Amino acid sequence: MTALSPTVQHRVGATAPISEQAWGGPPPRLGPGAYLTCFNGIVWREVLRYLHQRERFMSALVRPLIWLFIFAAGFRQTLGVSIIPPYETYVLYEVYVVPGLLGMILLFNAMQSSLSMVYDRETGAMRTLLVSPFPRSFLLISKLIGGVAVAAIQAYVFLAIFYFWEAELTGWGYPLLLAAPVALAALNIFNSITGKLSERFLQNALLLGAAAEIAAIVAVIYFWKLSPPSMNYLTVAPALVVSGLMLGSLALFMSSVIRQLENFAGVMNFVIFPMFFASSALYPLWRVKESSVLLYELCLFNPFTHAVELIRFALYGQVDWPSLGIVLACTAVFLGAAIFAYNPSKGLIARRGGPGSGA
Amino acid sequence: MTETANPPEAGTPALVVNNVSHSFGDNKALNDVSLEIPRGRFVVLLGLNGAGKSTLFALITRLYDNVTGEIRIFGHDIRRRAMAALQRLGVVFQSRTLDLDLTLKQNLLYHCALHGIRGREARKRTERALEIVGLADRAKEKVRNLSGGQARRVEIARSLLHQPSLLLLDEPTVGLDIGSRESVVNIVRSLVEKEGLAVLWATHLFDEVRPTDLVVVLHKGRVLFNGSVPELLAQTQTQSVSDAFRKLTGNRTEELAA
Repeated sequence: MTALSPTVQHRVGATAPISEQAWGGPPPRLGPGAYLTCFNGIVWREVLRYLHQRERFMSALVRPLIWLFIFAAGFRQTLGVSIIPPYETYVLYEVYVVPGLLGMILLFNAMQSSLSMVYDRETGAMRTLLVSPFPRSFLLISKLIGGVAVAAIQAYVFLAIFYFWEAELTGWGYPLLLAAPVALAALNIFNSITGKLSERFLQNALLLGAAAEIAAIVAVIYFWKLSPPSMNYLTVAPALVVSGLMLGSLALFMSSVIRQLENFAGVMNFVIFPMFFASSALYPLWRVKESSVLLYELCLFNPFTHAVELIRFALYGQVDWPSLGIVLACTAVFLGAAIFAYNPSKGLIARRGGPGSGA
Repeated sequence: MTETANPPEAGTPALVVNNVSHSFGDNKALNDVSLEIPRGRFVVLLGLNGAGKSTLFALITRLYDNVTGEIRIFGHDIRRRAMAALQRLGVVFQSRTLDLDLTLKQNLLYHCALHGIRGREARKRTERALEIVGLADRAKEKVRNLSGGQARRVEIARSLLHQPSLLLLDEPTVGLDIGSRESVVNIVRSLVEKEGLAVLWATHLFDEVRPTDLVVVLHKGRVLFNGSVPELLAQTQTQSVSDAFRKLTGNRTEELAA
């Protein structure tokens, strides 16, 4: 960009020390407060990064919505869902598929953060994380929870959309809700074509849009006299966190095994698709059993099935204990493997030659 | 502060690397490497690409552990006392480590958090670190808008936030134009002068060596020379560092070939 101006060069180095603490003295002791600071910093960075990547934000939302609006709507007539727990009445296929789509959000997010970790490792951002003086397992778990926080944001935006979609608003309800997002999207498209708008303008537009959206939501709930959601959006939170942790630690482990970015296409084919389709996300397991016992067994072995079932029951305020047990056990195993893989002396990076080793 | 004046590890060198070897499969990247960085000195690690500089950095920053030998930072073994060692260490990696989509300030605050520094203290340090590298007025800009040289300076600011006593820089001037190179070198050298930092500066550019520096020549995973510039010139009977380097490594290749 700009060449170094003489004034800048003049200022370089001619300054006060960085803090009151003398340079070269012993570093401070890192107590629990410092751990908390580090944890917050890592989680906040993940969230910030996510919010700044508008494309990623959009695509993460559009994916489950396409499944809900197009796939589920089309599938509605083909597949009847009988009354199985936790459902107490017949449910529409759209309702059945919600936990599966929440699982999908978690799964894609986990894999995407694994991708970003491979990318981080190539660029060196992972290395700056690992030279932090805190224990490595603590750093990795913090990073994992940051990823889960991002996934939870998406899951709740999805649930909000589902809520209004289910409410079948009349009159101006939907246009009112969609006005702000559509306007923002139009602005962004306009900007990506012409490139005329400043970063600052877009930032302000985003804030304004968010405020308008919240106002629209409140207004719609009030004037259309909407009832509370048909599912329990509060009890699902812990299920989302636990499932997110399981998928995140699986992804974290994979990120230590994959060396090149290109392999992410392989991850899609060999991890995301099989996990998603061979599970109870799209169809109840008894249906699967009718067509193929082998596939049914496979689905039962798939930890993703249990994550989805955990979420499904949690959406109705119930705990599916076997699924919870399996999900927790899988989390422990995957997390252990990931921490092992990142352990500097035993881990896989040591054996592979590691990132940017230049060797 | 008597503690500061006389820290427990007083007298120990900033960095000691003792008999460290490392191999990836059959490829021996480091072969019995030993070197020492005294406190407050600017040490240049000279080596061509593939000499093992990055591997050495990976070991010192504990990306993976040294299997043989030992590495001590101010007397703290990086395997057994990793926390104490890493707290005293600042690193500027060869690859870019900043978040392009975040602002300079956000990037630096994140790295404060990685060292357990928060709140007002973190904001103050971020400000001052940016002043040191001459970018205080651009704190609220995204890293994406910076030039290569400016981004490099932010990386240096980042590595200073926790006031390390030892700074490692892996080819910090690669890909920079002359002006940016000069300013990066000046920033780091003035830190050595003013704050008494010890610096290990890896490079393959001979003109970055000054007569008062210490030099470590690394070639094919071995340390060929370790000492001051006059010693290097005397030992090789040459006039310039680049000639000395060529003579040292040239001899070596002949030896290996023989």
